[in-house]
Amino acid sequence: MDAEITLRVDGRPRQCTVDTRTTLLDTLREHLGVSAPKKGCDHGQCGSCTVLLDGRRVTTCLAFAVAQNGAEITTAEGLAGDGEHPMQRAFLDHDGFQCGFCTPGQICSAVGMVDEARAGWPSAVTPDVAGSVDIDDLDDAEIRERMSGNLCRCGAYVNIVSAIREAAR
Amino acid sequence: MTDLLRPHAVATPVERLDGPAKVTGTAPYAFDHAVPNPAYLHPLQAAVARGRVTDIDTRPAEELDGVLAVLTHRNAPRLASDEDAELAILQSDEVAFRGQFLGAVIAETPEIARQAASLVRITVDEQEHQVQLRADHRQLYVPEEVNPTFPTDTSQGDVDLAARDAAITVDERYTTAWYHNNPMEPHSTVALWQDATLTLYDSTQGAHPVRTAIAPVLGLDPEQVRVIAPHVGGGFGSKGTAHAHLILAALAARELPGHWVKFALTRQQMFSLAGYRTPTIQRVRLAADHEGRLSGIGVDAVEQTSRFKEFAEQTGIPARTMYAARNRRSTHRLAPLDVPVPSWMRAPGECPGMFGPEVAMDELATACGLDPIELRIRNEPHVDPESGKPFSSRNLIACLRDGAHRFGWDGRDPTPRGRRDGRWLVGTGVASSTYPVHYIPGSAATVRYLGEGRYRVEVSATDLGTGARTVLAQIAADALGVGVERIELGIGDTALPVATVAGGSSGTISWGSTIVEAARIFRHEYGDNPSEGDEAAGTTPENPAAERFAMRAFGAQFAEVRVHEDTGEVRVPRLLGVFAAGRIINPRTARSQLIGGMTMGLSMALHEESVLDPRFGHIVNHDFAEYHVAANADVGALDAHWIDEDDPHVNPLGAKGIGEIGIVGTAAAIVNAAYHATGVRVRELPVTLDKFLH
Repeated sequence: MDAEITLRVDGRPRQCTVDTRTTLLDTLREHLGVSAPKKGCDHGQCGSCTVLLDGRRVTTCLAFAVAQNGAEITTAEGLAGDGEHPMQRAFLDHDGFQCGFCTPGQICSAVGMVDEARAGWPSAVTPDVAGSVDIDDLDDAEIRERMSGNLCRCGAYVNIVSAIREAAR
Repeated sequence: MTDLLRPHAVATPVERLDGPAKVTGTAPYAFDHAVPNPAYLHPLQAAVARGRVTDIDTRPAEELDGVLAVLTHRNAPRLASDEDAELAILQSDEVAFRGQFLGAVIAETPEIARQAASLVRITVDEQEHQVQLRADHRQLYVPEEVNPTFPTDTSQGDVDLAARDAAITVDERYTTAWYHNNPMEPHSTVALWQDATLTLYDSTQGAHPVRTAIAPVLGLDPEQVRVIAPHVGGGFGSKGTAHAHLILAALAARELPGHWVKFALTRQQMFSLAGYRTPTIQRVRLAADHEGRLSGIGVDAVEQTSRFKEFAEQTGIPARTMYAARNRRSTHRLAPLDVPVPSWMRAPGECPGMFGPEVAMDELATACGLDPIELRIRNEPHVDPESGKPFSSRNLIACLRDGAHRFGWDGRDPTPRGRRDGRWLVGTGVASSTYPVHYIPGSAATVRYLGEGRYRVEVSATDLGTGARTVLAQIAADALGVGVERIELGIGDTALPVATVAGGSSGTISWGSTIVEAARIFRHEYGDNPSEGDEAAGTTPENPAAERFAMRAFGAQFAEVRVHEDTGEVRVPRLLGVFAAGRIINPRTARSQLIGGMTMGLSMALHEESVLDPRFGHIVNHDFAEYHVAANADVGALDAHWIDEDDPHVNPLGAKGIGEIGIVGTAAAIVNAAYHATGVRVRELPVTLDKFLH
């Protein structure tokens, strides 16, 4: 069964017809030619397909496109605008990647994560998990915990943490 | 060897040239290439470990709208060569391992292909299988050689006698687990068969090596195959050799000429179709006097291979060369099993082979009442124990001492279970690292002057995230005496001059030396003021010094481990590596390579284990939810340093490979630290919490 949907992807309205079984990830990659989100596992286990969906970080392999009609999606490519997002600059400065395959997802996740911390959301390592967190308390332990949904097999974690620490300042 | 390259761009931390494309997600990996109107392939796989296919009913799949073709052994074309049994797919009804390709559905969309594949009914006459590796497996055999061409067994002196006469001996069994490489980018191929040529966008560690491997299987001349791989999402060895999915994609493309076919293995499929590291069972024997001076070293390794194709991991190799001892022996025995064929994974041989012996050294240090660093220093050989040749450079001791200083090792109380922080038991450990210098001949490079001070340099190297694209530009810049911004580099395409595989930590030194040679010829022919279009080519220069010296990189790794007294939870808050690997071409990307290897070593130590179901012969935990690789929160303060090492013999760059040494010794350092923390000696990886709860 097919469905017509409209998405706003990296600032541009995009219309397409999708099989109702098609994931948001496959829609972006195979229907719309948006290949910044990557398919590393297709099961929501690696984070490579992370985008900002209506401002929040989401694994697009776990979302059906048909359920996202009207959604606003920002990929790593869209974050860059005409140049580079400060988070992207920080990843370059700290060499926060090697092969680069998980990187668009890491960067979208990092941007989303910093916004969550700014909004006061606690994490599992926040001293008061029922309370709130201040952005100034976003230490390495907080960053590591909050970024653990994005796997990096090249092992760039320590550089990813320093990149995010700098960009979150 | 020719004079060493004078470094200007080399040895500076140039930012990755492909960095902007990677952080914005615009660098095209194999599956990202936009092709018109593609078809999608979904494979059919065996659900038993051994047997014969008696029936395949493909009609329900063929009747589905949008299905373009269904391939099985019954209708697939005959391959031109079955020499590589891993690649000889769909040629018979035989099932040799669970997960084996039995066919493919090609359809207009991935959803239809997957649905259609689920409709194919495959009947198999199942046969009894053997899939479990045991040290006493009845069919253990002696391979003719071990990967790639090392002698299977070596013996000098008599280790049995040395052990009998020694004041102190260690004789223990160590095991490493079954590991899967799991690069983040699944093995992906986009294939087009048109006008008797096959074009592949492929996720590979070597465009030319892939072509060389698959062309004869398909009955093609290499020139009829073009492989394009501008960006590769990690490989760690699993994309170093051609695997069966390439042939399946090529057969599908041949079935639909003029039609692009896209095929990416799923994460689950990667656990049976893309290689892995064999589990190893190592008996390690050390014989020493009271002062810790070794008289004997023995390593006897038992490993698995598949019954249909042999791969023999060279686990005993590092013990042949690491420490001085008059009596030495190493052996390898293989159990032939009904499993997928093992293959390369980051530092084959060295990685598992530096686990058992480096833990045994820690046990010997304890037995002798010696500091483990001092024990290693006392057994430092003056020449390579195996060949008797001098080392071109060997700075293990410098790495141990520098690391000890940085880590704060001095004054360490060796008593196990002597330090605690609340309910956490705290310990520290050390182990050595080593990796050979693989300088591989057979690459070619061209240098062409583009005018306005710019040069195009071409060599079909691959960048898996190693930084090859950046460091080769640095090398080319210095070889031509210009700035990096003057170099336009072409890599990752069989249309470019041939290059060897990105494997064995050989890429930078082999391709880089080839570029240096091409640049030398260019300047010799055209001088410093060339005309636009002037071009010269060079091939990998020979290194006569390779015969005179043993060449290896060395390192030392230090770990702090915390084990929770009540739960057994194991954490590694600190991991430090110091390496001696010749000249470092790019400190920025080199540090990333080294910390990346150490992170994978930490992952191997604490988390990774592919769990076999002996009833069915498959890996149960075949995804990232169950096969745990280190996540961000698993890694604490982890850093890598190197010492300045001047080696005029290794190659014109004075550099050694660094892609693999980082994973060598990490697990041993962590296990040794865990012993120091708890007094519990773990000899089986991974170091999971259950091992501390008795």
